[in-house]
Amino acid sequence: MKRKHKRLVFVAVGLVFLGAAAALILSAMRENIVFFMSPTDIVQKGSLPDRRFRIGGLVEQGSVEKAGGGLVRFRVTDLANAVPVTYKGILPDLFREGQGIVAQGRLVGGTFEADEVLAKHDENYMPPEVADALKKSGQWKETKPKAP
Amino acid sequence: MIVEAGHFALVLALCVAFVQGVLPIVGAARGNAAWMAVAPQAAIAQWLLVAVAFLALMHAYVTSDFSVLNVVLNSHTDKPLLYKISGVWGNHEGSMLLWVLILSLFGAAVALFGGNLPAAFRARVLSVHAWLAIGFYLFILLTSNPFERMLPPAENGQDLNPLLQDPGLAFHPPMLYLGYVGFSMAFSFAVAALIEGRVDASWARWVRPWTLLAWCCLTAGIALGSWWAYYELGWGGWWYWDPVENASFMPWLAGTALLHSATMVEKRDTLKGWTVFLAIVAFSLSLLGTFLVRSGVLTSVHAFATDPARGVFILLLLVFVIGGSLALFAWRGPTLRNTGLFQPISREGAMLLNNLAMMTGAAAVLLGTLYPLFLDAVGGAKVSVGPPFFNATFVPLMIPMIAAMAVGPLLAWKRGDLAAAMKRLWVAAAAAAMVALFIWQMQGDGAIFGALGIGLATWLLVGVLVEWGERIRLFRAPAGEAIGRLVRTPRASLGMTFAHAGLAIAIAGIAASTAWKVESIQTMKPGDTVDVAGYAYTFQGARRADGPNYTAVRGTFTVRKDDRPFATLEPEKRIYAVRSQPTTEAAIRTTFLGDLYAVIGDPEGTEGAFVTRIYFNPLVAWIWAGAMLMAAGGLLSLSDRRYRVGLAAGRRRDAPADASPTRA
Repeated sequence: MKRKHKRLVFVAVGLVFLGAAAALILSAMRENIVFFMSPTDIVQKGSLPDRRFRIGGLVEQGSVEKAGGGLVRFRVTDLANAVPVTYKGILPDLFREGQGIVAQGRLVGGTFEADEVLAKHDENYMPPEVADALKKSGQWKETKPKAP
Repeated sequence: MIVEAGHFALVLALCVAFVQGVLPIVGAARGNAAWMAVAPQAAIAQWLLVAVAFLALMHAYVTSDFSVLNVVLNSHTDKPLLYKISGVWGNHEGSMLLWVLILSLFGAAVALFGGNLPAAFRARVLSVHAWLAIGFYLFILLTSNPFERMLPPAENGQDLNPLLQDPGLAFHPPMLYLGYVGFSMAFSFAVAALIEGRVDASWARWVRPWTLLAWCCLTAGIALGSWWAYYELGWGGWWYWDPVENASFMPWLAGTALLHSATMVEKRDTLKGWTVFLAIVAFSLSLLGTFLVRSGVLTSVHAFATDPARGVFILLLLVFVIGGSLALFAWRGPTLRNTGLFQPISREGAMLLNNLAMMTGAAAVLLGTLYPLFLDAVGGAKVSVGPPFFNATFVPLMIPMIAAMAVGPLLAWKRGDLAAAMKRLWVAAAAAAMVALFIWQMQGDGAIFGALGIGLATWLLVGVLVEWGERIRLFRAPAGEAIGRLVRTPRASLGMTFAHAGLAIAIAGIAASTAWKVESIQTMKPGDTVDVAGYAYTFQGARRADGPNYTAVRGTFTVRKDDRPFATLEPEKRIYAVRSQPTTEAAIRTTFLGDLYAVIGDPEGTEGAFVTRIYFNPLVAWIWAGAMLMAAGGLLSLSDRRYRVGLAAGRRRDAPADASPTRA
């Protein structure tokens, strides 16, 4: 093969790879991106996409109820609106009432069926989505992390 | 007093770095030998000064000096000694100090062992390196001072985040940093080479050991981190495509590409510009990872503090380093001439395919990691990009590369014979097909990709063994000759065999643990039995089991297999007193074919019942075994005599080993 042809082969292989990558990324972006909504968004918007999404907010005080068999019911609130959530499984270590959490799942007949509940890493930690949801609903109180 | 001495030493290190950043490079331009000679001394002085600063902070931790803010925030007198020490880097300020310690250590290593480098080149490398150090010293001194005092002193500290109080995590950050910072050496060499406008085989022989060392440490660091996530977070998974994981994975991909392309520069005098570019990209991705993790744009266990000033500073550093080096590359890169020519079907071609796959893979991961941040920054919707995205993009890109990986080493340099290589690989193809079919038959139902993944791993593993057998002429020559060849095999190629085999084993683990993971969540009263993947778990109840700085509930499961006692698993749920933060300690029994994994949750009802979660994770330990084999292969390759001679004797490549005065 001549030098020119060789270069053409390399360029072609490179383009195939890039094209494949671009196609994969675009299709994955369409199908696998998970949107985030606050309880207020859910209450206000009538129709919701029939796919998994995330909600975030605080676990409402006094709402956690263990239904047996590992099933847990609670309500997630941004202090303006609240959405009932069900989850089956072991809740994260830091899950407790008043704690900011993010749940991922589907809305089925007004109840959010979560397949994943995230509340992680630190008791001072507030998921940024939750903080934003609280800010939007006007319930955000600026609290400094406890510093000595 | 000691603390102030540490602070002062760090300021001095900054001053020394300024001298090292200016004098040698100007000296190199003017041919002033005395100015160039400043570089090695300055590099060693920097290292000593940073070591003093680091030891000062460690002293404050070990003696629980609660007049230091950093110690107050991250330590406690009840904490075990190991975690007092690892607490030094278990926080933002201390970990940046560890970063500069490693950075200066590498600089000192070039100063000590680089006697064979041309003086002007060494001066330039060390000057570039000093500028990187200046950026980080300023960052620490201006925005994240670990030596800040607190008056009046606190009575006791606030303890380290309990999730970080774990042996795996004690060593994960230093390993990862050795990897990240190791790429800074390749970066400095690349930039110095661009300034000089010269890249040759001896340059590559210098860059390769540094890249290898960094790559080994990064591999081990990532494996440790994923192992920690597996047993400490209690979710039974080992990789979440979390942005902080991606931040360490992207430099690894670029580093792997660099490792292969540097080989081509060394052996074939080709792809110089590309290699220099990869060296810049590998370090840039390390910096980007640091930015993502440290700036607080991502929230995770790694984002210790979210101070906007720090984010802005790192972002500026990022723009300066990446922008500057890429501009230099655009300006000087075209002057690099390649002499080695090769056909598309050749070992070079195969390595180029590896490079292409690694870089497109890294680009896909980068896009998925930055897209939510980007969308948020321009005020778009709030989205999260999770594992499904990465599985759908990254995995398909890797499959052709892994398939080609078995073939590449069998091709000759310059011009390879694909048909002959495939003929030699028929064993691998047959083995892969048989294993995949067998597993597909066995599993009954379940995803086909599990069988395909294992088949791919078999193809690669057998392919690697075939290549190794060819190399030592196994079964073709008399046994004595084969053994002789085995003994004489260069360690670098043995290292490749190890690393590629390690990847094959890791792929088998990844495929199996993804496809056939069994999960069972239930409420169990004492005496209840549940069957998971052929093992019968009987819950024997839970009791208190307190540790030095936590209270805990420990559950006991007895596990029976085929009605014979098999194991006892004792997972815990701990509550660390100081932060009143709970953690999960999974109980894991590793077997050759899979891990038994049990977690205890919250109590339910009054009869001593608990929510429990039990997993069977097939072949999951193979992932870390494979990663360790890869790192071991890298180290083996690093110990190759040719590099030691290369380090010691420079271009006198054929000098006998015993004539080499120094060893690296």
